[in-house]
Amino acid sequence: MKKIYLGVAFLYLSVLGAFAQTDSTENSLYKNRKLKVEEANFVSSYYHQEGNNSAVTGGIGTEKLSDFANSFDVTLTRFDKTNRLHTFDFEFGVDHYTSASSDKIDPTTISSASAADTRIYPSVNWSVKDDIKHYSFGAGASYSQEYDYSSIGGNINFSKFSKDNNRELGIKLMAFLDSWKVIYPIELRGNLGNGGYKPRNSFNASFSLSQIINTRLQMSMLLDLAYQQGQLGTLYQRVYFRDNSVHAEKLPESRFKIPLGLRLNYFAGDRFIIRSLYRFYTDDWGINAHSIEMEAPYKITPFFSLSPFYRYYTQTSADQFAGFQQHTSQHNFYSSDYDLSKFTSQYAGLNLRFTSTDGILGMKKFNTFELRYGHYNRSNGLNSNNITLALKFK
Amino acid sequence: MNKISKLLLFTFFTGIIGLTFTSCTSVKEYNKMYLNDSEMGLSARKIQKSEMNFMLYREGASGGNGGKTGGGCGCN
Repeated sequence: MKKIYLGVAFLYLSVLGAFAQTDSTENSLYKNRKLKVEEANFVSSYYHQEGNNSAVTGGIGTEKLSDFANSFDVTLTRFDKTNRLHTFDFEFGVDHYTSASSDKIDPTTISSASAADTRIYPSVNWSVKDDIKHYSFGAGASYSQEYDYSSIGGNINFSKFSKDNNRELGIKLMAFLDSWKVIYPIELRGNLGNGGYKPRNSFNASFSLSQIINTRLQMSMLLDLAYQQGQLGTLYQRVYFRDNSVHAEKLPESRFKIPLGLRLNYFAGDRFIIRSLYRFYTDDWGINAHSIEMEAPYKITPFFSLSPFYRYYTQTSADQFAGFQQHTSQHNFYSSDYDLSKFTSQYAGLNLRFTSTDGILGMKKFNTFELRYGHYNRSNGLNSNNITLALKFK
Repeated sequence: MNKISKLLLFTFFTGIIGLTFTSCTSVKEYNKMYLNDSEMGLSARKIQKSEMNFMLYREGASGGNGGKTGGGCGCN
């Protein structure tokens, strides 16, 4: 009898013990430390613009330009011994453009080398997130190379989260050390020479504050302090004075910029999201700008959404800007680049997004398909179309 | 930009900050279903990179929206 009691007690304890077991992978203290692929993204876009204020030809002439841009990035993650999440981002981009106005640097040639160019831009970023101590930090490096321009960039960042993860304060410091090949318009090469390189350096400090306001509303504020120095004028852009003499664009060798942004995102009902951004910008070249963006994703199903978007932008003219044959020799700095003129612009379009946790087109890892088209219209006549395809594998 | 505009802008941003911090509630992780939606993210999305890039080149102002503010030429 004693053996039966002991047997029943052993069986009972065994069953209890079996139910008390938990899957070790679900234990919050255990994290898989192997490096794993979190996601991969492929983004491809085609951009085409038309206009008649080319800076290369002194503010007149075609601005026709096409750009085919492609980028691929992969994100890897792993946990370390103290359960901090390490994230590694690797990105590689290739752009190829054709530009009618660049071809006018030396119009004596038919379809010169400057009519088209290819830019490559790899980058790598690493970040560490500590969910227990509520902070993250990271660093990154980037490189960009095209025919006459190269850029080496570096950044460091730090963020602190509140205990309830409802607030985040972040700072990011960036530096870009660029080198620009000296190319003058063909008719100015005899006086000014040609060749060699000039530096252009940019230093940015970005501060951000994001805050969850309630279960449907969150916001962020962004403040950048940006300083540029070096060759800021584009030497192959012509400026025609009133006396019809031609000069290479001349701009100050430093520029201080302060953009300030406020983003508010709101989830209304169960299907409708409002994404909004207001941005103010000022700099010491005399440009003040405001932009407002609204995007309204509507979820037709939980996995398929359509998002119309609209952006309005306005800026004042830079002090150094004047149009074709408007400058005089009394001006210390001069440019006929209409990107620095007073104008307003509007950008509107539609974003189509399809996502599935089970995979798209039978491919289990194919997580998201997105297509975005936008039309851009500037008050001084420039207009463009942009179409982008983005694929996410997860 | 005149002083009145600067004052209005300062009032706008400080007002937003003030309103934000006085009206926000602590939201628990299990109540973040809407906030965690992939289209509610506060940073610009990858598909917007191309348009941010050409706006950076075609407009005199840049930055303040989480985008690139330096590097690369942008001269075409």
